[in-house]
Amino acid sequence: MNLQTLHWALIGIWGLLAVASVIVYAISRRSPKNMSELVARTRSWWVMVAIFTISFLVSNTLSIVVFALISFLALKEYFSMIPTRRADRRVLFWAYLSIPVQYFWVYDGYYGMFAVFIPVYMFLFLPFASLLTQQTDGFLKSVGTLNWGLMLCVFSISHAAFLLILPPTAANDAGGPGLLLFLIFLTQFNDVAQYTWGKLLGRRKIVPGVSPNKTWEGFLGGVATTFVLALLTAPLVTPFDMAHAAVAGLLIPVAGFVGDVTVSALKRDLGVKDTGSLIPGHGGILDRIDSLTYTAPLFFHFTRYFYY
Amino acid sequence: MLCHAERRHLMLQKAFYIFVRIAILFLLGLNVRRKEQLPVKGPAIIVANHNSHLDTMVLMALMPLTKLKDIKPVAAADYFFSSPIKAWLSEHVLGIIAVERGGKDRSRDPLQGCYDALGDGKVLILFPEGSRGEPEQMTDLKKGVSYLAERFPQAPVVPVFTHGLGKALPRGSFLLVPFFCDIFIGEPITWEGNRIQFMNTLRDRFAALSTEKTFAPWE
Repeated sequence: MNLQTLHWALIGIWGLLAVASVIVYAISRRSPKNMSELVARTRSWWVMVAIFTISFLVSNTLSIVVFALISFLALKEYFSMIPTRRADRRVLFWAYLSIPVQYFWVYDGYYGMFAVFIPVYMFLFLPFASLLTQQTDGFLKSVGTLNWGLMLCVFSISHAAFLLILPPTAANDAGGPGLLLFLIFLTQFNDVAQYTWGKLLGRRKIVPGVSPNKTWEGFLGGVATTFVLALLTAPLVTPFDMAHAAVAGLLIPVAGFVGDVTVSALKRDLGVKDTGSLIPGHGGILDRIDSLTYTAPLFFHFTRYFYY
Repeated sequence: MLCHAERRHLMLQKAFYIFVRIAILFLLGLNVRRKEQLPVKGPAIIVANHNSHLDTMVLMALMPLTKLKDIKPVAAADYFFSSPIKAWLSEHVLGIIAVERGGKDRSRDPLQGCYDALGDGKVLILFPEGSRGEPEQMTDLKKGVSYLAERFPQAPVVPVFTHGLGKALPRGSFLLVPFFCDIFIGEPITWEGNRIQFMNTLRDRFAALSTEKTFAPWE
């Protein structure tokens, strides 16, 4: 029976996307302004939801591979846009190699290793690999930036994949896949909600030095919408009681906002608008998963602490 | 009509480039601007900066599979034809036209192979820096390309600036490290009757293309 709830949840997401697409189509027909970016963005949502649905329905293993690929693309984007040293080519190569290893711990359900592999072992290994180049000019900057990228693109994101292998509980038989669906849906929905509320009502800037388009109205509107949605969907796909659903409903939108502006700060420092051009209308893959880099680990530990 | 061996070489070339495309998609990832300006019909000359062995393969991989047989990268004979195996692969799989560097043989024009190919309506890929040199740093352009443009004034000369391939696989390295790469295709240049002026225009085009985006520093 557990599959049925998940199927209904997926159908709901497709339905929501269809409704949103109709609205976007209507707006683009009526508006005198150029709406091609909004249309491209909506089209990309269809592709992303399709990829997610297919991997979700096929198997946990495929979903873990897809998350590993997302980490790889994000890390590649990160390494391509930050200053790197030619001498560190080999170090970058080791950093990339940590991706299959980290996701193997996920596949294996080896929580202890999953939790320490990047923050302990890669953290210690990368500076060592870098010193072997015997070039100390820019050593600190190099080690610092490479480690941060690994934490952001691989360690954080792998927490979303680890949700998948959590077993069903007595309270809800949707288990790990239900929790992952809950996290991804609310994180991405919150991005759209904050953007939409900001466009409609945005007045007071919230962090003008980092992201001039973000407003208090957008932030609070997004938090409220996501909060309500969390209360409505938690009983379907998660084991949360109402109090925990409420906490998750605040945790996800607030952490998502912080992840979003953190990547914005990075982009502003580097003087780039988007992290890449992989997803038409959205920018790069890091632009799409910026919120998830904060929501995935926080939501994972919240769930693990109270239910596993 | 193509003979049996030629047809087999073309099949091999297609198979090779399907593999290359998949590898590029996963390991590199390209950000191509103005792809529609790439000439697929000859005679035409694509002029690119040279940072890596990947340059030729990436440019070839941007072409439609059915057009591959008409696209000819021009490369140094002393490097690509230095052993029988290399020579066979260079000629039949990569489709390379060899140019003698240093002018050892004065009786023959080193560009003769290029003239013949343009005469046959092929698209040439040329790297006028001559050598890959220091990755991601452009050196001065050699003027051979202006002789080709003079002989074939109707052939458009399309400048292509690439960034990132030298980071992924620089000269002297065998370890491919993934990076997203940029490929900016410029407006075609036509022959106006003056070699120096032609080379200056080409240099200006490259200068403009290379400043179209701020690239991440790499030392």
